Amino acid sequence: MTLPFIDLQDVHKAYNVHRGVFRAGKLLHAVSGVSFRVPEGSTFGLVGESGSGKSTIARMVLGAEAATSGEVRVAGQSVATLDRKQRFQLRRMLQPVLQDPYSSLNPRIRVAAIVDEPLRVHRVTEHGQSLKDRVAQLLEQVGLSAETMRRYPNELSGGQRQRVAIARAISINPRCLVLDEPVSALDVSIQAQILNLLKDLQERLRLTYLLISHDLAVVSYMSDQIGVLYLGQFMEIASREDIIANARHPYTQALMAAVDSTIGEEVGRVGNAVQGEIPSPLSPPSGCPFHPRCPMAEERCRREKPALRAFGPSHQVACHFAESTR
Amino acid sequence: MVTGVADVLQVENLTTCVATRNGIITAVDNVSFRLSRGATLGLVGESGSGKSMTCLSIQRLLPSNSVVASGSIRFKGEDLLTKTPRQMEAIRGREIGMILQDPMTSLNPVFTIGQQVGEVFRYHKNSRKRDIRSKVLEVLNRVRIPAPAERYHSYPHQFSGGMRQRVSIAINIGNHPDLLIADEPTTALDVTVQLQILHLLREIQQESGMAIIFVTHDLNLVARFCDDVAVMYAGRIVEKGPVKTVFADPKHPYTRDLLAAIPRISKSGDRLRPIPGQPPVMTNLPKGCRFEPRCRLATERCREAYPDWVAQKETGGGLRAGRRQWGQNDIAVHRPSGRS
Repeated sequence: MTLPFIDLQDVHKAYNVHRGVFRAGKLLHAVSGVSFRVPEGSTFGLVGESGSGKSTIARMVLGAEAATSGEVRVAGQSVATLDRKQRFQLRRMLQPVLQDPYSSLNPRIRVAAIVDEPLRVHRVTEHGQSLKDRVAQLLEQVGLSAETMRRYPNELSGGQRQRVAIARAISINPRCLVLDEPVSALDVSIQAQILNLLKDLQERLRLTYLLISHDLAVVSYMSDQIGVLYLGQFMEIASREDIIANARHPYTQALMAAVDSTIGEEVGRVGNAVQGEIPSPLSPPSGCPFHPRCPMAEERCRREKPALRAFGPSHQVACHFAESTR
Repeated sequence: MVTGVADVLQVENLTTCVATRNGIITAVDNVSFRLSRGATLGLVGESGSGKSMTCLSIQRLLPSNSVVASGSIRFKGEDLLTKTPRQMEAIRGREIGMILQDPMTSLNPVFTIGQQVGEVFRYHKNSRKRDIRSKVLEVLNRVRIPAPAERYHSYPHQFSGGMRQRVSIAINIGNHPDLLIADEPTTALDVTVQLQILHLLREIQQESGMAIIFVTHDLNLVARFCDDVAVMYAGRIVEKGPVKTVFADPKHPYTRDLLAAIPRISKSGDRLRPIPGQPPVMTNLPKGCRFEPRCRLATERCREAYPDWVAQKETGGGLRAGRRQWGQNDIAVHRPSGRS
């Protein structure tokens, strides 16, 4: 078995939320007890709605945020114990690609400077290659002409900007990309271009991906393993095949129903069994976090929090009734 | 097709121009569609395809750099383009409602929910002052806001995204409009909440018989929510017809490619086939078909002239060339004739 490149063990993250001068702060549990492994060269997809903790996990993996408890290991090293220099080294292996290419690129510098910045910061140059040649090569790898390097971000379309962001991320030959909603700001006809580009780059450069998205269709297209997050906890973790064919958690099923209507067949049928909205993580429900919205919740779900348990060789579910949800 | 008396809205050859720094662009170009009572039209397209400009034209809410250059917009038999601004004010919010994408920006943060929902009754002076509160509570109840009496004095920031969108729906249905324009009403919401909002709109529609124009880029939602769909590309409608026919058997290459480019869970093993390139810059449109530079089927003819409308019987009849022929059982495709 390949070693996991990213390895999270029972990770918690709580924020102290101040609520006015005279009221005591309260703990907001953004991530509570998350464990997963991403084998080198594979893609792990994190799906969840807003407030599910998916971006918090990304920030902890990137070392931008420390876990409250538990361990985040990247390439075998525990991120928490790294010193400044080691942290700098970690960032060479791990690069983020963010959601909005309109705000993640500095509008005042040219594409060339955007793409070669990591090269300059990390002092990486291929032997006998000028920065300019390297930038041209990177742009070509992401499907842009070398001429693009003289442009400013505002001269580019959303899809082109996201390509620039990807070129920047792969410039220093990282081993892993953390992709936080990489296509959700793009038009539908452009999304597929970027998803396919990411797939090709992964194959060519043997990259590991941690992909974060609210769209289960995007995640299932890209990922080998999928983790479904709700209020900072995994409801279900499974291989792509198991999620597609055999999703067991009512929340996973709801997410699937929401994004995958069989076009032309379900016309006129709207409405799904899931009620209400994601509760505030400041006052999470008792028992199963999903029970207030779950169409099959029973008394037990209100009292007792279901543990994540194995349902198959590559399938874990946190539901008391996983056997009978289909 | 006979011009249905039941048509709430008939848009004919609508053309809207926008003056920009780089010249005048035709944001909406020769757009025609009609909408009958109780029906839902999905207006889909990518950003810049003209869907929002079409809606703003209908409401006469275009920004000052834009103008309707030609065409007609008949709402309940009357041409909205001949109305004075004051007449339009009486129509908007009473006969035509509009829901926008982000309820956080469309609601005023410094007024309570009760005040904002009540405003439509006060503005249109169709209710006695002391009835307003009970009317507000009634409409909040209709959009399924729990405990409306307690929420009456709440501010928008105290509501979740889905609840805020319910409030903006309440504002817009208070006066029982005949037409509701919903411009990306669920885009800012979580996926499980999107369906709840659409379900609510569907319920209200079934009670009141209002027609809905649903603007979106999400074809999944159109498949579930709309009766008809019009696909826009670079300012023009390229294909329209009943959702069932258009989605099951898309005729225009753009519609076909768009449907093939969307990841779907059931098909996630197959590699997606993206549409190459990107939409044209509106100041520099291709001379012929606007999709031609990205089209897999393009020929010399497509480069030279814009194709005519072609209508096809759902029953599988042959292609009939002609301009703007469509109806309940026709789908209209916009492509060079002679190719199947």
